[in-house]
Amino acid sequence: MQWEAVIGLELHAQLATSTKIFSAASTAYGADPNTQACAVDLGMPGVLPVLNERAVRYAIRLGLALDAEVAGRSVFARKNYFYPDLPKGYQISQYEIPVVGRGHLDIDLEDGSKKRIGVTRAHLEEDAGKSIHDGPGTLTRIDLNRAGTPLLEIVSEPDLRSAREAVAYMKKMHSLVRYLGVCDGNMQEGSFRCDANVSVRPVGQLAFGTRAELKNLNSFRFVERAINFEIQRQIELIEDGGTVIQETRLYDPDRGETRSMRGKEEANDYRYFPDPDLLPLEITPALIDEVRAELPELPDARRQRFVEAHGLPDYDAGVLTSSRDMADYFEAVAGGCDDPKLAANWVMGELAGALNRDGTDIADSPMDAESLAGLLRRVLDGTLSGKMAKEVFEAMWNGEGDADAIIAERGLEQVTDAGEIEALVDEVIASNPEQLEQYRAGKTKLMGFFVGQVMKASGGKANPQQVNEILRSRLDG
Amino acid sequence: MHDRTIAELGVGLAQGEYSSVELTRAVLEAIERAESLNAFITVTPDIALGQAEAADAARARGEAGPLTGVPIAHKDIFCTDGVRTSCGSRMLDRFVAPYDAFVVERMRAAGAVMVGKTNMDEFAMGSSNETSWYGPVKNPWDVTTVPGGSSGGSAAAVAARLVPGATGTDTGGSIRQPAALTGTSGLKPTYGRVSRYGMIAFASSLDQAGPMATDARDLAIMLSAMAGFDPRDSTCVDHPVPDYAAALEQTNLAGLRVGLPREYFEADGVDGGVSRAIESAIEVLREAGAEVREISLPNTELAVPVYYVIAPAEASSNLSRFDGVRYGHRCEEPVDLEDLYKRSRGEGFGEEVKRRIMVGTYALSAGYYDAYYLKAQQVRRLIRDDFSRAFEEVDVIAAPTAPSTAFALGAKADDPVQMYLSDIFTIAVNLAGLPALSIPAGFSGSRPVGLQLIGRHFDEERLLSVAHGYQQRTDWHTRRPGGEG
Repeated sequence: MQWEAVIGLELHAQLATSTKIFSAASTAYGADPNTQACAVDLGMPGVLPVLNERAVRYAIRLGLALDAEVAGRSVFARKNYFYPDLPKGYQISQYEIPVVGRGHLDIDLEDGSKKRIGVTRAHLEEDAGKSIHDGPGTLTRIDLNRAGTPLLEIVSEPDLRSAREAVAYMKKMHSLVRYLGVCDGNMQEGSFRCDANVSVRPVGQLAFGTRAELKNLNSFRFVERAINFEIQRQIELIEDGGTVIQETRLYDPDRGETRSMRGKEEANDYRYFPDPDLLPLEITPALIDEVRAELPELPDARRQRFVEAHGLPDYDAGVLTSSRDMADYFEAVAGGCDDPKLAANWVMGELAGALNRDGTDIADSPMDAESLAGLLRRVLDGTLSGKMAKEVFEAMWNGEGDADAIIAERGLEQVTDAGEIEALVDEVIASNPEQLEQYRAGKTKLMGFFVGQVMKASGGKANPQQVNEILRSRLDG
Repeated sequence: MHDRTIAELGVGLAQGEYSSVELTRAVLEAIERAESLNAFITVTPDIALGQAEAADAARARGEAGPLTGVPIAHKDIFCTDGVRTSCGSRMLDRFVAPYDAFVVERMRAAGAVMVGKTNMDEFAMGSSNETSWYGPVKNPWDVTTVPGGSSGGSAAAVAARLVPGATGTDTGGSIRQPAALTGTSGLKPTYGRVSRYGMIAFASSLDQAGPMATDARDLAIMLSAMAGFDPRDSTCVDHPVPDYAAALEQTNLAGLRVGLPREYFEADGVDGGVSRAIESAIEVLREAGAEVREISLPNTELAVPVYYVIAPAEASSNLSRFDGVRYGHRCEEPVDLEDLYKRSRGEGFGEEVKRRIMVGTYALSAGYYDAYYLKAQQVRRLIRDDFSRAFEEVDVIAAPTAPSTAFALGAKADDPVQMYLSDIFTIAVNLAGLPALSIPAGFSGSRPVGLQLIGRHFDEERLLSVAHGYQQRTDWHTRRPGGEG
């Protein structure tokens, strides 16, 4: 039987506010345990939540970017359950009426086509603290620094049909939240997390199969592996006559498999009800307009502009707009050298290669955009050949200075003086009479030999185009 | 001197008749002498004398307001920095708050001297002050009876003239009902008038702090200090705070339209003496020129059932934070997490609190939410609409505060439904978020009866001035247990 996977993702984006969603405590990552939890975060008696306005603005930003409806009135609700890292015994979330309603995000498929993925909703909520079970001794430690950190939970429709599509969607959303500046996207620190709902059904069947919810998917790679494992597990289970049960499964990256949590969690009745400590969140059209005005250019629009204004191929524009940092870098290089295509080739080629080799993000690139533009200006004015430029690039990457300094120091200026090149050509022809004879007898492939000899004689500095022209006129003349 | 009103004490202090330190000493001695009333959970003599000294110094600098140097008590539901805040519960028996509640901050800023924390029903759940972990409070009028609850300690302390004023909280009648049962005056302000910050939550959408004192003037003085906007409470309303004391004379009783809700006066089980006292009180208003008319609040009988869904539902969630993990009572040697939760909460909470947590948890459960919580919220709107319609016809609504006078200790302790019915006339006001007060209006036998006046949202000025007008024509508020006014 042919099977089809049906996947929906719940993405948790930690909002890049400096303070928590309901208190004034700092959200900075990495502080000593429990040093960034105030009375509100600790759930002390008598304290009350006060909504962080910036978190609301960030939610509106994402809503607008997803072309979604931003609710004029949304409601915070309490999700009640007991856990030691949940100080109040409830999490403040949004349940029936979320701040962001139905929207969509377009992803690129491998065959070059686009697919529109529905976004069901996005809602604001507070994060819980952390339970640390693997410390010394048998006790569990609680760190409440994270408690109250603002999260936006973005729920997709079950529109994804493969692990690759799921990853493409997640990457696109990851790029979008960073573009918008609403989330730093740092997956190691847990700023961007994913749960996946996965089910399978026979191709052609309309009804969904029973789904499993996968947790602990901390990287794009894990998302892909976990979903693929889970799809296979469910297919095999059904084909062997079993049935999939609705449950939460934890991904174990070491073993590359998902395992049932089989906890009491499934039996939880969260007893959601509107939080009486918070008034309904009212968002006026004026506020939406204000947030719209501060929106940066969105990735898809920017991609379109790169194609139209810079004349780039759609693929290149897609790669260059995959992150805001990359797109900003590219635009700075293109502006600095005034040749967008050359800039695109270098950013996607040498630069991306070097970054990849060093495992560095473009935001932390040791070579800034202006330096790269300086190098490309020397290519465009003929000072450097493509080959020489790569050599200079490496030197720059290794911190030896800017392009002009390296060119001067290494004496790398390209020789473009026609007289000088003619002298070299004559010298090479004179010292290789045999090859000259063969060439003139029709073995024109020897042209390459002569070019190579002239370049070698110039120490690689002669302008190759000029060398070709002069050689041809001498040999054929 | 300690048995005078806040207004009188203000004059005495201003004229140098006594210092705040002398006054505070007298109050502390009175509290000690009256220990058997069990009105206080914690007495704070050192803090009180320190604040009294500071108040005397402020007065010497010419910086004195109407509360400067006046000793008051706080209900033990308000967090007090560095002082135990028990909420009447074993759960918080050793809990020392690291911050002051808004109300505590404001009273201190106004120069009031805190002499201690008053006894209360556990987590404000009760109408007799018998659910306190620290034992029942006795009614100074008859120590075999209850003072009402949940602000029973504050009411008893004011009634016995231990302090001229105390703070209270009112979720379903917890200021007004004990005021009525102890012959004192108590005001529940409009929901949102006073910040709830630092006030331990029982039912967040109903809880409201307010003043308790002997007369309307003192309520006005205290409310002026307690009211105001506080950005730390999102449900607090940014509404101007008038000088309530200065507004006491503003409403003329002549021409005042007073509504008597038929449903309150025809209710079963109202003590005959209470009815007679209330009728006389209304006669006083009528003689002063008030236009008294019957009105209808048709959904009245639904108020108690609605309240006993909403309040426990919110409480079940509000009290989840008391889990033995970070503060409060923790059982000894828990074997695992579940044991920690079960025993800490099982030992820390009393019967009534557990009952309400269970009722509330049930009301919010999957499959029951719509039938109970959601339905209750819908009916709550109907109750609020009843009042809105009534206030198109009348300026204030008058009714008994409680169906009976103080009842014997233990009389209703084992019958929660009978106990819940003591709040039958006060609960709807909380559901509607309205301001209301209770003032002494005579006696049934030897026990005080309270007259309740209910006003429009943020119409505390009118309520207080009507109460003041009544108190200028009567002397019930000057009567005190075991003595003459």
